[in-house]
Amino acid sequence: MSQLRIESLSYMGRPPVDFFINDGECISLSGPSGSGKSLLLRALADLDEYQGRIYLDQKECHEFSAPQWRKQVGLLMAESCWWFDTVGDHFGLLENSKDVNGWLAQLDFNPEVMNWQVNRLSTGEKQRLAIVRLLANRPKALLLDEPTASLDKRNIEKVEDLLTVYRKENSAPTIWVSHDPEQEKRIASRRYRIKGDLIIEEDHDRSSR
Amino acid sequence: MITLSYLDLGAASLLVLALAGISFKMRLGLHNQLLISASRTVIQLLLVGMVLRELFRTSQLGWIMLMAFVMLTVAGRAVQSRQKRRLKGLWGYGIGTSSMFISSFAVTFFALTAVVSVTPWYTPQYAIPLLGMLLGNTMNGVSLGMNQLTQTAWQQKAIIEQRLLLGQDRGQAIGDIRIDSIRTGMIPIINSMATCGIVSLPGMMTGQILAGSPPYEAVKYQIMIMFLIAAGTGFGVMASVFLTSKHLFDERHRLRLDRLKSD
Repeated sequence: MSQLRIESLSYMGRPPVDFFINDGECISLSGPSGSGKSLLLRALADLDEYQGRIYLDQKECHEFSAPQWRKQVGLLMAESCWWFDTVGDHFGLLENSKDVNGWLAQLDFNPEVMNWQVNRLSTGEKQRLAIVRLLANRPKALLLDEPTASLDKRNIEKVEDLLTVYRKENSAPTIWVSHDPEQEKRIASRRYRIKGDLIIEEDHDRSSR
Repeated sequence: MITLSYLDLGAASLLVLALAGISFKMRLGLHNQLLISASRTVIQLLLVGMVLRELFRTSQLGWIMLMAFVMLTVAGRAVQSRQKRRLKGLWGYGIGTSSMFISSFAVTFFALTAVVSVTPWYTPQYAIPLLGMLLGNTMNGVSLGMNQLTQTAWQQKAIIEQRLLLGQDRGQAIGDIRIDSIRTGMIPIINSMATCGIVSLPGMMTGQILAGSPPYEAVKYQIMIMFLIAAGTGFGVMASVFLTSKHLFDERHRLRLDRLKSD
């Protein structure tokens, strides 16, 4: 079982928070910009300093080297970065795996895309390819920072489908940052919202009023 | 060898005075700086001449070492002051200085014992000028390399972090930047090896020839010096860039740009 469990996690001087995401479960996370959604994901990927404990599969983050942890807890940043000339260079040896080609096809790319020049990609293409690049690492948990922000409706649907299938097939706990309440309902079983220093489960919030 | 009298130097100084006069007339605003710098040249060199005369007379290892460490610390400060974004605390100074120490001192020691083979190896007539030339050049390379590294890391934060997020370790994530920075630090000495003798006569060789050495002897010394400088600069740049890039990350492979401060 690969559950993602967060125990008294405190980052950037915020008060500690506790929560968990079960294996294969997707929670959505929303909140005004600047409320610290991205910072939370960065802390979970061990990219920023934090206090507290993060467990994947009952194993604590520090039992792994940081690169190992980041391969398992895959963080997709809101804006993807590309540093080599062609798309394929960023995939290294994973370029031709069957999975990668399958995911590319689901997002309307043919394998030729690996030879494309990065500086000629559109924002939306970069975003979709960044998702395939992330999945190529076969992460056991997904941290998605507005994965569909730069996509049109048709591609939003395809990306949602792809990520949901991956999550279910791999029992990957997922945090999905979104600004769209409709999307939250489509993809998540629980919805969380950052309010000030707190992370509140939306429906609990409502019932307590 | 024709010795220069102070009267001769006075004649040469007329040229600087004339330049200062004209720049005053042209309102360049440089005449003060020019005169002050010229005076500093006179005073600093006379002082160093005095120090060297005493050093050569006594030839004591302790004093020579002291002189060498003074030169090293001044070079370390110069490296630090040329960084646009430097490591906070003693780190920046320590890394630059220790890289220069390792490379310049080791190469100078090698030259004294294995190439020039002078006895005792610390004979100041050889040790001090050799070390000075090495430090001067290594200093340039090290400050160029470190500056390039910290500047590029600052600009490419997003890319470095993206690479970390995909599971690369700190060495892979900053590898390309590190290579670029080492190249930046080494290119000047490679260029000057490629052009020396054609574009310019190296200063040391010129000095030896003016002082009466046969050209071939001066040339042989110059060739040795170029090799030593290339090695000293190269090793110094590599060490400083490696140590700095290591210190830009913590043990959990996080990019720590908060360890840099800008001017």
